[in-house]
Order: sequence, then C-alpha cells, then structure tokens
Amino acid sequence: MTDLSADNRTQGPKRKVNLPYLGLLPAWVIMGFALILPIFIIAAVSVSTRGAYGGFDWGVDFAGYRQIIFNEGWSGEMEFTPQYLLIILRTILLAGVTTGICLLLAVPVAYWIASQPGNRKSILVFLVTLPFWMSMILRVYAWMIILGRGGPLPRFLEIFGAQEGLSLMYNDGATLAAMVYTYIPLMVLPVFASIEKLDGTLIEAAHDLYGNRWTTLRRVILPLTAPGIVSGAILVFVPALGAVLEPILMGGGKQMMMGSLIQLQFGGGRNWPFGAAIAMTLLIVVMLVLIVIALRSAQKDREV
Amino acid sequence: MFRKCSFIDNRPALYVLNEHPVGKRIVMISKRCLNFGDSQMSQQTAVGVNDVSKKFGSYQALRSVNFDIRENEFFTMLGPSGCGKTTLLRMMAGFETPDTGSIQLHHQNIVDIPPHKRRVNTVFQSYALFPHMTLSQNVAFGLENLGWGQAKIEARVGEMLERVHMQDFASRKPAQLSGGQRQRIALARALAPEPKVLLLDEPLSALDLKLRQAMRDELRSLQRDTGITFVFVTHDQEEALDMSDRIAVLGSGEVQQIGTPSKVYEEPANKFVADFIGETNFLDVDVLESSGTSATIRTPFGQVITVPCASAVPHGKATLSIRPEKLNLGDQVEGVDFEAKVVKKHYLGGYTHYLLAVGGAEIRASRRNASRAGDDFPIGDNVHVGFVENSARVLVK
Repeated sequence: MTDLSADNRTQGPKRKVNLPYLGLLPAWVIMGFALILPIFIIAAVSVSTRGAYGGFDWGVDFAGYRQIIFNEGWSGEMEFTPQYLLIILRTILLAGVTTGICLLLAVPVAYWIASQPGNRKSILVFLVTLPFWMSMILRVYAWMIILGRGGPLPRFLEIFGAQEGLSLMYNDGATLAAMVYTYIPLMVLPVFASIEKLDGTLIEAAHDLYGNRWTTLRRVILPLTAPGIVSGAILVFVPALGAVLEPILMGGGKQMMMGSLIQLQFGGGRNWPFGAAIAMTLLIVVMLVLIVIALRSAQKDREV
Repeated sequence: MFRKCSFIDNRPALYVLNEHPVGKRIVMISKRCLNFGDSQMSQQTAVGVNDVSKKFGSYQALRSVNFDIRENEFFTMLGPSGCGKTTLLRMMAGFETPDTGSIQLHHQNIVDIPPHKRRVNTVFQSYALFPHMTLSQNVAFGLENLGWGQAKIEARVGEMLERVHMQDFASRKPAQLSGGQRQRIALARALAPEPKVLLLDEPLSALDLKLRQAMRDELRSLQRDTGITFVFVTHDQEEALDMSDRIAVLGSGEVQQIGTPSKVYEEPANKFVADFIGETNFLDVDVLESSGTSATIRTPFGQVITVPCASAVPHGKATLSIRPEKLNLGDQVEGVDFEAKVVKKHYLGGYTHYLLAVGGAEIRASRRNASRAGDDFPIGDNVHVGFVENSARVLVK
C-alpha cells in the first residue's frame, strides 16, 4: 500500500491510486452487511440481557455464556452442569463422524468421476450437485420414507429375517444417514477438483516404482489431494455442527443437538442471549480449528 | 590390482590381475561378457515384442510389430509423433495392453503382469517426480516398495544421487530444481532399483539444446556403466544416431527398419526411413536390371549406373535417394556427374547448403568448406555436380 502510493506520487496525482479501492466499495458494503454485521449483532445479543417477553435488552452481561457451564440455583449459587457441554460434545462427535463417513465415500467416488472421459465427467459432476436443486426438507422426508416402517430398506431387511414392521427411524443412525446424504456433495466436489488436478503420470510413476494400489493411494494420491480433502472436510464439518433438520426429523428429537438447542433458545425457550452465546461459542471453536488448519498448511507451503 | 585390459564394443571385457601373490598373471573375463559369441556383445533377448497390435478407437496405432531388444543394449525407438513408439514403451512398462501379441521380458510374457510387479522402470517425459517428497525420498520410493532394508536404501540413494551429481540437493523438493536437475533425479530414481530394463520416454525433449547435448553423453555413459538395457523413445533423429547401439525406425504403426545408426542412415530400407533420418534428395529413375543388393538404373541425367538397393527393386520406375553431403560440387566431384544451376545458397560457416535446379527438379547439396575458397558458386551460375555410385541408394517408389 505505502509502496504503491509512493510509486504513484512520482507519476501523477494521488487520487488515481484511491480510485480502485473506491470501486470496490459495493463489495465492501455487501460483505459488511451480509457477513460481518450479523455476526456482530449475534455477538452483541450474546452479551445482552434476556428480555421479559422474549427477545433481548441491550447491555453487557455474560449470563448467556455462564449458563453453558453453570446452572444458577434459586439462591444464586453456581452449580456445574455438564448437560450443555454434553450436547456440544455430542454434536461435534456427530459432525466428526459425518465428515469421516463422507470422506470415506467421497474419495473413491471423486476418483472414479475424475477417471471418466470428459463428457461423462461433467454429467457426473452435475448429477452430484443435483440433490441441491430440491428442498432439503423434502430430501430428509424421502429418507424418512426409505428408513421408516414399511419403507424399502426395512422391507429389504425383512427378506433376510428381520422382524416384521421394522423401523430404522428415530435413532442416531438415522440421523447420521441423512447427514451423510445431505453433506456428501460438499465433500465430493472439492476432492474431485483436487484429484482432477493431480498429474496422472505421478500415479503411473508410483506404479512403475513398484507401488501397489494401496501404496500409491497412501503415499502419492492422498498427500497430493490433501488440500481438497481438507476443504471438503471443512465444508461438511461446519454445517454439520449446526444441523437442525436431521436430528429433529430423523433422530426424532430425542437427542438434543447444538443446532436445535440454539433454535430452541430463540424460539420456545425465549432466551436469546443464551442461544447467541452458544452460537458464538460454536463460531469461536470453528474459527480456532480453521486457524490451526490454515497455519499448518501455510507452514507446509513454506517447506515446499 | 585389477587393470582393465581389453575392450569389446567399448565395454571392459577382460580384466588382468597383475600382482597376484604367486606372480602369475591371471586373466579374468568380466561376468557381463561371458556369453558373447563372435565379435558381438551378448545376444540374449531382454525384451521381445511379438506380433503386437493396438487400436485406439478406429485408429490403428500398431500393426503386428515384431522385434527383439538385446541385453545391455542402448535401443532407440525413433519415429514421428503418432508412429506408435510411446505406445510400445508404455506396453513394456505395463500402462497399455496390446490387443494381440505379447511382450516378453527375458522370455517371460509380461502382458498380464501389472506395472508394479515388472522389473522395469520408466523415466517419464515430464519426469513425474513426486512434488511432496524430497529428492532422496523420491529416489528411495521404489526401493521402499521393493522392501529393501533402511540401511541398504540409504546407501543406494546416496550412491545414486552421487552418480548423477545431485548429492548436495538430497533434502530439496523437485520444485526447487532446474529442468536438467529434475532429469537427473528422474534417472537416479528409475535406476536405483536396478531394473532389468530402463524405459526412457523422450526424456531430453523438455531440456534446452546445450543441456540436451550434455545429457546425451551422460545417458550413454550411465548405460555403459550400469550395463542395464536402455529402451529410448525419441522423435529426434540426431539423438537416436548419437546414442543408440541399434535404432528401430517406426512409422505408421510399423517397424520400418532396425539397425545400427550408420546402417539406418547409410542404407535406409525404404523411402520413409531415408526421408525421416537426415536429409535426402529423391530422384525418379528407371530400373533396367536388379539383383537383391544392387540395381542398374538410368538417372534423369542420362547415365546408366549400378547402385546399391535395399531389396529387390522391380523393373520400371524407382526412387534414387542421395544425401546432400554426398553430392560433391566443383573440384570435389568424382563418380557420376552432371550440370546443375545454383538457385539458392546458405552459407553456414563450416558448410554451405546449395539448392540446385537440374532437369526440372530441385536438389539440395551441402559442401564442406574445406578451404577458404570454398564459397565460390554464385547464384545463377552452372555448377558441376557429382556423386559416387555406392553413396546413393535405390528404393522402391
């Protein structure tokens, strides 16, 4: 910036330098209103006080954050309560397992798509994105039909001796199935992109140097497609943390998840500051994870 | 203690033990040369290509190709792009399967053996070094997969890096290297596991001219030192002539000729080979009489001469191939001679290239400027041109 303006001063009037930045103003405004402002509002809500009839009153109070860990007794004493922490942990676990399963399924799929001839490749990529064209709630309902009593999958299992009237719904497995289904395209696409960029002769070279399929995958393909895998993992993990629909519809709402917990505070619970505090905690955790990943990959780049 | 004593085909064949304790001289024959027959090197077949055909869609890449590559040989597959040379190389590596026929490595059919189980290694055109590994990790990769011990791997990697003069760069990554250095590492990586055959896919094409020349020497001496069979693919005829023991000239999916560099240059089997390797002039001639090795022809300039030919040439129209450097001008003329008119000339220092018009045809001649007065045929003048009979060759039209 300073170099640039110093350079320009010797050539002509300074406003020529500022013009490009002025031109970016619409972008800044949109970014500010659409991305940054909402976060600041939630941050402000999280430290405000609870309104008498829902909503909130502006102020500075950390009751929302306290409530995540402590339960305030009648006489004002603070008692450690793990229930919300457990919800957060369970949510992170579910999101983590979802990410892991998506990864295991997406890598072979992406690899297969990348190995197809050009025309078929674009059709397959389009097919991967196809589910996004339908409302997510409808897709989840479709899964309820697949897994529910009398649905195709229980019927299929009945052939192999499962009890009649079997339902696979309303448990963590059902939640997980719907989550994997929902988020897997977000994993396939970046992994596909990085596999496609991979130089095919490197794979040939690995085979040529006595590497079997497994060695080639582990020592050449995975390290070189790591950037795509990391971004896919982030794209799946982050929305999976905040998932609301799947745990409620598929899991039957028996297990509280962070997403539904937050929704509950802004809805029926009428405790906006608490809901905002959980949301902010989630945001900070995610940010920390992303910063660590970014720092590590930056370090790797420097090594190269 | 040992002294190299005798060379056969530039390889040490005999070793003499000079200072034997008893004082006698003991002649030892190097292991590599134990099975040579007459004056030639060992004739064992390293790679056999038997009746190999390959189609890509409707494109016939190879048409029942047959040849043998001998052990310890620097064998080059030379041809224009699309002639099938790279496809053949990839078949030897295991990346392509022939539609018909077989590829044999030491008399074993390897068509169904996957690449990672073939004791051959490839130097790729783009080098294909693993970008996320250091140079020593790159070189060690093949050895690790073969299950070598850690100490043995380290020793071998050090030895190979030293051999290609890259020992100081062991912990660098490929991105930090120049093209020539990457080339060396690719060579070291492919040679480290001591393959039975080393396959080289146009490895010099990405280098600049000077480096290419230096690498030619280096490749040749690496081949001699290691005694590994090299199969080299190139479209550059000069490279092929310079380095090879034998050249297979490939064209339109078929082997056009196999032979030593001087054989394919001096005694081309057909018009394709004569045209592809070096420069040549083709003249229409009439064959009056022919045997298997020579033919009596009438030149367009009227003389009746007897010239060598590749195979029995049918009577009637044929083509005479005569290389520009074999056409002598002015005072250098001997043999068959005729008059021609200088159309163009290019003075290149050591040589002058002339474009000459004779009887409606244009022919090229290059004259070595042996003395300072070499460049004395001005454009437009008539000049005396001639060639020695056995430096020309009659080919089927």
